[in-house]
Formats: sequence, C-alpha cells, structure tokens
Amino acid sequence: MSLAISCSQLNVVRGKNHILHDLNLEVPRGAIMGLLGPSGSGKTTLMRAIVGLQKIQSGAIEVLGQPAASKPLREVIGYSTQSASVYSDLTCIENIRYFSALYAHNEKSPEEILEEVDLTRNSHQMANSLSGGERARLALATTLVGSPELLVLDEPTVGLDPVLRVQLWKLFYQLAAQGKTLLISSHVMDEADSCNSLVLLRNGRTLAQGTPAELREQTKQKRMDDVFIALIGEE
Amino acid sequence: MTKRVLQQLGHDPRTLALLFISPALLMTILKYVYWSNPDLFQRVAGSMLGVFPMLVMFLITSVATLRERTSGTLERLMISPLGKAEFIAGYAIAFGIASLVQATAVSTYAIWVLGLKIAGSQFVLIYTAILDALIGLAIGLAVSTFAKTEFQAIQFMPAILLPQLLLSGLLVPRESMPRLLTDISNYLPLSYAIDATKKVISNQGSIVNDSWIIALFLVLLLTAGSLTLKRKTK
Repeated sequence: MSLAISCSQLNVVRGKNHILHDLNLEVPRGAIMGLLGPSGSGKTTLMRAIVGLQKIQSGAIEVLGQPAASKPLREVIGYSTQSASVYSDLTCIENIRYFSALYAHNEKSPEEILEEVDLTRNSHQMANSLSGGERARLALATTLVGSPELLVLDEPTVGLDPVLRVQLWKLFYQLAAQGKTLLISSHVMDEADSCNSLVLLRNGRTLAQGTPAELREQTKQKRMDDVFIALIGEE
Repeated sequence: MTKRVLQQLGHDPRTLALLFISPALLMTILKYVYWSNPDLFQRVAGSMLGVFPMLVMFLITSVATLRERTSGTLERLMISPLGKAEFIAGYAIAFGIASLVQATAVSTYAIWVLGLKIAGSQFVLIYTAILDALIGLAIGLAVSTFAKTEFQAIQFMPAILLPQLLLSGLLVPRESMPRLLTDISNYLPLSYAIDATKKVISNQGSIVNDSWIIALFLVLLLTAGSLTLKRKTK
C-alpha cells in the first residue's frame, strides 16, 4: 500500500518547548485519518510540519513520496488552518478565483468548487458576512483549488453545530471517494468514528494508532472518550 | 495577485475615499494656512505632493501585509506555488496603480483648483510621486515583519518615517543643516524623493540621478522585504 504521509522519529522544538517527540506516523493513500488529542498535544504543529510550514529538528517526513516542503508538493497539498484563512473583504467567488490563479493546473473550476461545498448561492457574498458554517465551507473550498491529492484540515468542524458537522463529514467522504487523502484534526472524540483510521496524540507523542474498532478492542471500551482515557491510563 | 489587491480596495469605498479626499483636503488646509504667504504655499505644497503618497502607501502596506500574516492567508499562500517575489511584485504593482491615480487626482486638484504653480511637467511630478509611493510601500513591507500587531505597525511611522521626513529637506534645504545631519540625510531614500520633487516644481536640474538612487533603494528594500517572508517558521 502506498503512503500519503510517513513521519519517522520526528522531533520539533519551538523555542524552549519540545513539541513533538520521536513521532512516527503513517497515513495510507485514500484514508480519512483522524488526528485526535487534547489541545496542546501538538496536532497543529504536526500538520504544519507535514505541509512544510514548520522547521523540524530531526527525523524525516515524506509526503506523497517526496520529502516534506519540496517544491512539487505545493501543487498537490491543500491545507486549512483553524481560523478560516480567507480574505474577508472579498466575495466567495473572488476568494476561490484568486487562490485558483496561483496554481498551474486546476482540476475544478472556481464555480465547480463552490458548487461542491454548497456555496453557489453565496458566490457574490462577502466572506466577512458569512455564517460560521458557510465560512467553514469556504475555508474547505480554498483547499480544493489546484489539484490536491492530500488535504490537511486543522479542526475544520470546531465550533459548528452537529447538523453542520454531519454536512461537512459527508463532504469529506465525497472527497475521499475522489481518491484524495484527508488528515483531519479534532479534539472532539465523537468525530473519531467517522474516520477510517485514527492516531491519538498526547504531549507530542503518539499514544495509539489504528481503526476505531481496533482501538475499542484494545481497550475494551465502547465510547471513544473512554478509549482515550483508557489509553492514557495504560501509558 | 495585483487584481486581488485592487479588488479588495474596490470593495472598501471608505478607504478609497480617504485615499483621494484626505490629501486634497490637506492641500486645501495648507493653502489657507499660508494665506498670508503664498510663496511659502508654493514651496511646501509641491513637496507635500510627494509626501502624501509615501505616508499613505507606507501605512496601507504595513497594515495589509500584517493582516495577511495574522489572518493566516500568508501561510495559505506560502504553501501554494506562489513565489515570494510574485507576492511582493503583486502588492507593489497594485499599490503603484493606486498611487498613480492618487497622485494624478491630487496634483490636478492642487494645480487647477488651488493654483499651485509648477515649472516642470505635471507628468514628471506624477512620476516622482509614484517613486515616493513605492518607497513608502517598500519601507512598509520591510517593517511589517518586525511588527506583531497593527498597533506596532502604526508606531513605525513616527519611529522610521518621521525622522526621514524631518531630514529630507522638506523643512529647510538639506545643505543648511549641521554637517552630521546632512551626511545622514544622504543615506536616506526620502531625501532623494523630496529632491526630485523639488526639482520638478522649480524645473531646475535633472532628476535622472535621483531616480537611479531611488531605484537602488527600492531594490534593496524590496529584497530585504522578500527575505523576511519565510515559508517555514522555527
């Protein structure tokens, strides 16, 4: 099975803080991998390292068969930060048109991308007047420009109500069905069951990795919260 | 890139209005402040035509770049294929166009409505105003790296721009200052911008040398600006 992401013995130190410790991670292509862990566990730092925004102290990261941060990867990685990184003083369609223009090859037109995230009606609405759910979908839309094979989404569902969360997860499945790999972080454990693979992070170390069923089996727990607590206990 | 920055300006009519109306208003005030001494108005107002675009472009560039940094859009751009030079050129061209329109409007107003007399050509005056604007832009871009908040970015104006303004020959001819200050002013980009503007107003002397020196400063400042844009953080 070919890997979308592989991190080995990854160490990241920011200032005096040692954030990631000898971290190993393998994400198969086509997976919806959930990156779970409490705040401050290093989820964002790991994601930034994978997309090439974070300097690493030691270890290696390979993304889609190439070392992280190498130039060809810029065409094929989509990344959204915790806060929607869009231009709030542009309309939705202007945002997407602008980001599309940065890429040599776009598999979808800006109109198709807005259609996909169900924002066609809001095309000409300014980004700063969007509701929370619409803004989250616009942020997702900005990761779909170019021809992304890997989507790295940092807490894309944070602060959204259950209905909107379900909508977004439907979209994630659609994207995975198109052959894209998704790495999605969350600190809400009940989202774990939506992923087909999980990695639990705590204090910059991988606590466990596997499918939701495997982790339940391992800990003999039903609820994901309990699984997590049991795993911390084992440690 | 350029199109996007101009679109953002286009969606912000208040900024656009301030961009054009406030320099015109300041020129009008200047006219009446120097009511009893029209000669002084002629001298000061001409130089001010170069100072406005520089101040305005400094402010909007440092705030706009800072906004890219704090909103996360700069990171979004850094993981895309967009080059750093393209990023800076995009801003430079967009704000260059904005300052072209601003300089044209304000100089036309000053000449036709306020009766400002310039001996040289208005086109050359607009050209020097754009050079001034680009200096403001380049300094704004360079300092925005050192600012963590909008508050700090604004504070760089009195810290970095105003000293240059005082030494630039706007208040007194540069040669009449104490030797040390004249020497310092020789190493500041704004001095050459004001020199060039004065020469156009009085139609005395060539601005070719000043243009080259300003171009050199621009290359240095914009390169410094692009070096401070980092794809990776520590």
